[in-house]
Amino acid sequence: MVSARGQRAVRPRSRLRRRQWRAAAAAYLFLAPALILLGVFTFYPVVFGTALSLYDYDVISPPRFAGTAHFRALWGDRFLWLALGNSLKFLLVVPVLQALSIGLAVAVNVPLRGITWFRAAYYLPVVTSMVVAGLMWRWLYEQDGLLNFLLTRAGLLERPFAWLGHPDLALYAVMFVTLWKGLGYYMVIYLAGLQGIPPEFEDAALVDGASRWQVFRLVTLPLLRPSILLASTISAIAALKVFEEVYVMTGGGPMFRTYTMFFYIFDKGFQQLDLGYAAALAMVLAVAVLAFSALNFRLFREGGWTYH
Amino acid sequence: MLWLLGTALRARGPVFGFPPQVLPWPPSLANFATVWETMPLPRFFANTLLLAASGVVLNLVLCAMAAYPLARMEFPGRRLIAGLLLSTLMLPGHVGLIVNFVTLLRLRLIDTYAGVILPGAVSVFGIFLLRQAFLTVPGELEDAARIDGASEWTIWWRVMLPVIKPALGVLALFEFVAVWNSFLWPLIVLKSPEKYPLAVGLLYLSGLFAHNTRAVAAGAVMMTLPIIAVFLFTQRFFMRGLTVGALR
Repeated sequence: MVSARGQRAVRPRSRLRRRQWRAAAAAYLFLAPALILLGVFTFYPVVFGTALSLYDYDVISPPRFAGTAHFRALWGDRFLWLALGNSLKFLLVVPVLQALSIGLAVAVNVPLRGITWFRAAYYLPVVTSMVVAGLMWRWLYEQDGLLNFLLTRAGLLERPFAWLGHPDLALYAVMFVTLWKGLGYYMVIYLAGLQGIPPEFEDAALVDGASRWQVFRLVTLPLLRPSILLASTISAIAALKVFEEVYVMTGGGPMFRTYTMFFYIFDKGFQQLDLGYAAALAMVLAVAVLAFSALNFRLFREGGWTYH
Repeated sequence: MLWLLGTALRARGPVFGFPPQVLPWPPSLANFATVWETMPLPRFFANTLLLAASGVVLNLVLCAMAAYPLARMEFPGRRLIAGLLLSTLMLPGHVGLIVNFVTLLRLRLIDTYAGVILPGAVSVFGIFLLRQAFLTVPGELEDAARIDGASEWTIWWRVMLPVIKPALGVLALFEFVAVWNSFLWPLIVLKSPEKYPLAVGLLYLSGLFAHNTRAVAAGAVMMTLPIIAVFLFTQRFFMRGLTVGALR
């Protein structure tokens, strides 16, 4: 009798549980392919990457434990400091890029007919392949290239020279391409930010007798702060990880003046096949990037997805 | 402003003939014909199409599958999985470059298209984009299907996916541009030149044909035109400020 009553009490619950279990199973079946792929190619690398940095691995012979040898070698690695220095220098592109993008966003944030075509024109470099953009700029920068032609014709330059071959200017020439290609992208972020500002704010300030510049500096700019933070972190991370521009245009030269961190990692890992050391280098870059990506992550959680 | 527009246009100009004149007259399509005949460009073109198509399809299917339970189902571990997915934004992606190469080596996928596609077959960005879309689907649609006895799979395929078509379109677009232009990963994975997509192939050719700038330029135009065409028809989607795409 007791057992019968017990069974009666249990049966509906177990049915409920089975239904819950089936729902969960269905959910995980839907998630499985994505989770497996992300597990193998996104999460696993973080763990294994750390382990790999403690090994010597050249693909051909089996990995050999090296302990902290790679990390100790990093201190005396001339190329590391060189590459790290160049990557940090590349951060200079961030403030310039952001300032120009804000200016551009303000300029195209006018309800004119056909303004969308202007915006599209600025965005075009963003969707252009870096290989194409890089090749194009490589030709523009050449000694007999268009840039030199225009500058000498305008009397701004006495003698044409190869921009990407100049030890002091090559890095900046590469940075300019990053700037050119990124402008439209950040413009769109700021455009979204600008359109989120109620026009009453700026109108009120104008009515109070503020000049256009004052309105921009004291009203618009502070209200754009979230967009500025977001865009700056994105572009700082991208700057620290710059690779494609360098690979296509200079290959790290001249005299290692455009040899950046990511390029060094690529060089070590895939040209010299010293994957253990490359993993150690990747850790160094990860630490540099982490500060920015942590900030980015926080902004992201607070701000939500910027999809309207 | 105009100067920048000028730069954008001018920078695309010189591909027709360089160095002396910017606008060659009369313009000639001979370079394109030469390129098409003497270089493996049609091959690269087909490779790129194949990679882009499979990348887009895989992303649409897998992201839509993963996003559906996250948006519409209650199950233990949901919050944990959403948190894990978000945390990928903080993970150092470049470490993956080295490790994924080793992984593909072990799976014997180096120099295969599967090796190029698989690491990017699911994007966290896509999952969240589609999750937002699934959240907006009215509950009545789902209830009606459930009363009719439809399985979860049927609801997903017949009820949900048709409703979120616009979001699927946006994801397809972004993924297409990303795969079309992707360069570093195919460069690492693919070893035989006949498998190269345009982005890698073009650079390879620019090394081989260093003397023939025009031919490479013609190839660059071929690579860019489809993207420009797609972009011009769909630019309003890009102009909405989909910033999360950069975080991958």
